[in-house]
Amino acid sequence: MQRVRRTWSRTTIGLVLTGLMLFPLYWMVNVSLTRREAIRSGELYPKAFTLDHYRVVLHDQLPYLRTSLLVGIGTVVLTLVVAAPAGYALSKLLVPGRRVLSFLLIVAQMVPAVVMALGFYTVYTNLGILDTVPGLILADSTLAVPFAVMLFTAFMNTIPQDILQAAQIDGASSWRTFISIVLPIARNSAVTVSLFTFLWAWSDFLFASTLNRDGGKFRPITMGLYDYIGSQNQQWGELMATAVLASIPTAILLVVAQRFVAAGLTAGAVKD
Amino acid sequence: MNEQANGPTATLAKPGSAPLTRDKGPVAVPVSPGRVRRSRFGKPKPGTWAGAAFVAPLVAYLILFYAYPLYENVAMSLHRFTRATFVTGQAPYVGLSIYHEIIASPLFWPTVRQTATFVVVSLVFQYGLGLGLAVFFQRSFPLSGVLRGLFLVPWLLPIIVSATTWQWMMDAESGVVNRLLHVFGVDPVWWLNNEHSLWAVIIANIWLGIPFNLVILYSGLQNIPAELYEAAAIDGAGPWRTFWSITFPMLRPVTAVTLLLGFVYTLKVVDVIWIMTTGTGKSQTLATWAYSMAFGKGSSAVIKYSEASAVGSILLLIALAMGFVYLGVQRRQEV
Repeated sequence: MQRVRRTWSRTTIGLVLTGLMLFPLYWMVNVSLTRREAIRSGELYPKAFTLDHYRVVLHDQLPYLRTSLLVGIGTVVLTLVVAAPAGYALSKLLVPGRRVLSFLLIVAQMVPAVVMALGFYTVYTNLGILDTVPGLILADSTLAVPFAVMLFTAFMNTIPQDILQAAQIDGASSWRTFISIVLPIARNSAVTVSLFTFLWAWSDFLFASTLNRDGGKFRPITMGLYDYIGSQNQQWGELMATAVLASIPTAILLVVAQRFVAAGLTAGAVKD
Repeated sequence: MNEQANGPTATLAKPGSAPLTRDKGPVAVPVSPGRVRRSRFGKPKPGTWAGAAFVAPLVAYLILFYAYPLYENVAMSLHRFTRATFVTGQAPYVGLSIYHEIIASPLFWPTVRQTATFVVVSLVFQYGLGLGLAVFFQRSFPLSGVLRGLFLVPWLLPIIVSATTWQWMMDAESGVVNRLLHVFGVDPVWWLNNEHSLWAVIIANIWLGIPFNLVILYSGLQNIPAELYEAAAIDGAGPWRTFWSITFPMLRPVTAVTLLLGFVYTLKVVDVIWIMTTGTGKSQTLATWAYSMAFGKGSSAVIKYSEASAVGSILLLIALAMGFVYLGVQRRQEV
């Protein structure tokens, strides 16, 4: 009896702590549902309830949401194409300069994004791909590729060598082995990589604000949100409603794909 | 050799066999060290050519999208670039003189101090609170899995979303933070003005960093053998004593990795600060300084490419140094 009471008291404390931690998110939703004139009074729940902010925002932000979706998908495809073969090579094949490569992947994740953005800015100006969606996809992929290679490498390391050898005895080429054996087995890690890559590309502010400033409607949702912040008369209702919309992928990820999130989180230790 | 190939994921694989990753965790599975060696000293079936071919896209990628932009960045810091440079193409080589100018600038040392405060205070609290929560969640209780999952939400949200919310919460007149302070009889604080902005962004950044620390430290805790705790219980050690003589010392390797990565990630933070205060006043760090000079916003009204890339290169050097430190830590832990 005593024991039962003690575990439930832990649950109570846990609920309180989680509530404190998530309070800012509650506040965001609260403001987004409050009528404009009542926002400043700061009620603890949306007493002056309205959905108007969402109506406005859904209309205004739709093009940005579409761009973000496009950028997210493009970044995922590019990341998978580069990282999956590299993971296979680093875990199962002889690669010249493997140590150097591994070290570079670690350092790559430590490079400040400001520095990358500045470099990209110069390169893109020369190439004429500033303010374009492909340019943003290329830049956003740098957030994910090193992480993805390391995750694939770690996972593919666990594929038993016997299976691959059997395939080689049957005369399969490395390419064949990769496509028809390694990739299907590594499907789950590909899902994990895709989810995180999409999320990072979706959330990116720094590259979008530097490399795609003047892209008009072809700017991502983070810039749509930033427009509201930048405007002289800050409209907090619309702002918070947009923030809620921008959080949707995170919510979906947590609800639908939690086991993949769990798999990526420890690996996420190498990422902020 | 195999361990090296796996980089940080492999290091974290050791502390990482937490319930979080137990059901399915590519990173949590220990790597058998004999595997690659067999293919090297046995019959090297998949030849070097195949390896080189499969890794070629990555190498090309790293050269094009890391080395080249970084080279451009460093080159820019050694030439005097102006806005006109992009039209005329003229940027005279000036050696290290831009670095001298940057260091001599009256903004440099205050910015370094502010950056140090931002990083150190953020790390101390993120780590302390993360560890406290990890210990709290160490023994499972009803709903513990769900609640631990919810704690990760701030980490997965777009930073611009969290930063905007904090900005509103810290509004001087109608922000909820000041309202709470009012209940305790504290006068309203102008959180986002020049004087207090550093503390405002530190608070938001601590909140953002707690999940990261919680995840790594929690998985570290799962790897401490249960027998140690049993022995401590038999010896009659209380929770406080147990924490300081078992938990904390056993976590040392995980702590090193957490703080090291935390340092690097905190140093390069731009978005939280930029969105809340545009890096004005005391909240300017080296990273936001570079950003504002590069794009002529915030504290620098004029675009200063060369100065921005010089500050960027300084940050790059620190990142590179940390990469080596990381490698060293990793190697020591593998022995």
